[in-house]
Amino acid sequence: MAAVGSACLFVGLLTALYAVGAALYGARTGRRRWVDSSRFAMYALAGLLVTAFGLLEVAYLTSDLSLRIVVQSSSTDTPTFYKVTGMWSTQEGSLLLWVLLLSIFSAAVLRATRRTMREIVPYATAVLGTIAAFFLALSVFAESPFTTFAVPPAEGNGLNPLLRHPAMMIHPPMLYSGYVGFSIPFAFAVGALVTRRTGADWIRATRRFALIAWTFLGFGIMLGALWSYSELGWGGYWAWDPVENASLMPWLTGTAFLHSVMVQEKRGMLKVWNVSLIVTTFVLALLGTFLVRSGILSSIHAFGASTLGPPFLAFIAAVLVGSLVLVLVRLPALRTESRLDSLVSRESIFVLNNLVLVSVCFVIFWGTFFPLISEAITGTESSVGPPWFNQYVTPLALVLVLLAGIGPVIAWRRATPANLRRAFLAPVAIAAATLVALLALTPAAESVPSLIMFTLVGFVLAVVGQELWRGVGARRAMAGESPPVALVRLVARNRHRYGGYVVHAGIALLFLGVAASSAFVDQRDVRLRPGQTTEVGDYVVTYREPTARFLDDRSGTGAPITFGAVLDVRNLNGDERFTLNPSRNYYAASEGGGPMGTFGRFFQGESTTEVAVRWGMRRDFWMAVQPDLRALIGPIKEANRRFAGLPGEAQALVLAAIVERYRRDTPSATFRTLVSPMIAWIWIGGGVVLLGALLALWPTAGARERRVTSLYAARLGRELSRA
Amino acid sequence: MEYALALLILAALVAVFVSVPLRRDEIAADAAEADRRAELEAAKEAKYREIRDAELDFRMGKVSEADHRATDRELRGQAIEILERLDALEPETVARPPNGAR
Repeated sequence: MAAVGSACLFVGLLTALYAVGAALYGARTGRRRWVDSSRFAMYALAGLLVTAFGLLEVAYLTSDLSLRIVVQSSSTDTPTFYKVTGMWSTQEGSLLLWVLLLSIFSAAVLRATRRTMREIVPYATAVLGTIAAFFLALSVFAESPFTTFAVPPAEGNGLNPLLRHPAMMIHPPMLYSGYVGFSIPFAFAVGALVTRRTGADWIRATRRFALIAWTFLGFGIMLGALWSYSELGWGGYWAWDPVENASLMPWLTGTAFLHSVMVQEKRGMLKVWNVSLIVTTFVLALLGTFLVRSGILSSIHAFGASTLGPPFLAFIAAVLVGSLVLVLVRLPALRTESRLDSLVSRESIFVLNNLVLVSVCFVIFWGTFFPLISEAITGTESSVGPPWFNQYVTPLALVLVLLAGIGPVIAWRRATPANLRRAFLAPVAIAAATLVALLALTPAAESVPSLIMFTLVGFVLAVVGQELWRGVGARRAMAGESPPVALVRLVARNRHRYGGYVVHAGIALLFLGVAASSAFVDQRDVRLRPGQTTEVGDYVVTYREPTARFLDDRSGTGAPITFGAVLDVRNLNGDERFTLNPSRNYYAASEGGGPMGTFGRFFQGESTTEVAVRWGMRRDFWMAVQPDLRALIGPIKEANRRFAGLPGEAQALVLAAIVERYRRDTPSATFRTLVSPMIAWIWIGGGVVLLGALLALWPTAGARERRVTSLYAARLGRELSRA
Repeated sequence: MEYALALLILAALVAVFVSVPLRRDEIAADAAEADRRAELEAAKEAKYREIRDAELDFRMGKVSEADHRATDRELRGQAIEILERLDALEPETVARPPNGAR
């Protein structure tokens, strides 16, 4: 199996290099057959990598411990779900996943463009082949996932317990799909620059891929935030951690790109900006991939240090410098086709939105790399924390949400005062009513940024509602349809437009959750003994009893030992009562390791939090527990002394007794409790964004499209005949 | 040994597959024209979409009538240009205006 897998990767590398050569030769000589052959090579590459990936998955599922990668990140007793997904917790597996996704995306786009863009496609193929060859070279020569042991160990290390969370295991493929997806518009942009075909063709051909990439990346970021909230035990969803930031940066520039390409498509403007944006996005995507494992910045996500720093940085530098030179050389071909008619126009709002998004990205970049920058300048590494990021990002986010409301209703080219009045009267009135209601009925004024954000959210939702209302009205006037039919047909026939509006509404809801939960969270760290009570916000919490489980894994993570607590919670009014069971899972340290001996090692490996959350639309009640195991030191020492030589089954009985000791003779435990208002709206908003993106991506039925376009052709003709 | 064998078999399979286009005749002029037509069809669809968008914007009151007329005229002119280029490729397959106006 390992031999076939390794051969797949090596032949894949040769195939990628062949694709590059054949595509360039075909483009230079005009021999189309070679270009077609390069496309076939990219299909073959996808086939080879799917085979390699499949073989590795079989190795994981069958716990083939002859493979180093399986030993690193799996074991015979790892739950099946985590065996399937364990591959991408390793560096070798991550690289394979990256290049596999790249080959699939490349094959898809080359299939879609096989009869169009004859000049651009060969160069785009060469770029995609080069990227694939780079990653495959790393996989073949530096970090092969098919490296074997001469003598396989008896057992694997198992998957890092922190990663044993469903969101975390889907998160990497989503993020990577996002990173990889942006390589498609990047490759076509390079092709467009090389061939001087800098119109909107390359944008039209790859916009769907850019949107897919943006959707995957956004979804991946949301899953990461959800994992942070429900697994890491600190109570938040975003810590401005370098790895989190690394995924957000390309998403921000990708968002800017998706907006600014509309200006190029409609007006032939912003050509230099658009190619620069997609180059930046792709470089940031490469940087994001690199940062996860490089270890150059300390991160809660630093699951392993990499040896790939130099080649990765060299590749990123080559992409950056090469693209920059190409853009500069092609500046004459990137001249704008028209000028800005008015500062009060959709084009201007998009430019402003782009500037804000890029500014947020720059702030995050600066804050993320500040430790390296400060060390280079002063010789001392210092870093900036969440308050620094919040100080700059919060006002920019407010402007961004405001623009998300203005953009959809303002006209292309120029907006007249009459247009503006008609467009903004109702949304501004609703925003003002929201502000008054917030001031009168809630304590929102305690946080001015949050108050502004809530008002702006009202504005954006009003704008989106008004757009739907007026669109339905226009459709009813044209076709005489009933409101529900008009709504469905309006959205179905303008999916890109209304999908975008739904995304704007989702972003507004997401920011509603962010603003409310960050400004009005009530957090308390408290130490309690069974029977003791404390107050958090409007709630009374009583520590009813401890829990202790041995070989009774209810969270599905494969943890042998779990300590936790049962807590009764009621609000001060007494009309809401519920019970929470936070716990902490303990995984054994490797055999023979740890100063606490045979039995102590079961408590000295990794431990993870199982958060208990009472989810709610108005507020979440979140709880984590940190059991105090010091009382078990005595019994563990005694067990080491008396029972270390016993066979495995007998040792299990002793361990069960130690675990039970915690339940019978419980010391106090430390609890972290959060009451987070409206935090659920972050996940709801994320879901709405996803829905909007899917709506925009959903393909139009071919038959309907043809019918409509033929109607337009006929109509154009009729009008011509009258002219 | 197993690795070398796998390498040989896979390399041979890939070589056979990627050489399929090379064993065909060089692309004929009509095939190149078909590619050009597909490109123009895509541009035509995009232009029609723009015309529809502009009309919806106008009916929703986002643009003044004068601005809409100017935009619409420009977009239709561009659409006609694309239709003419399609006509030039293969006149009988392109939707033609009635009454022989063209």
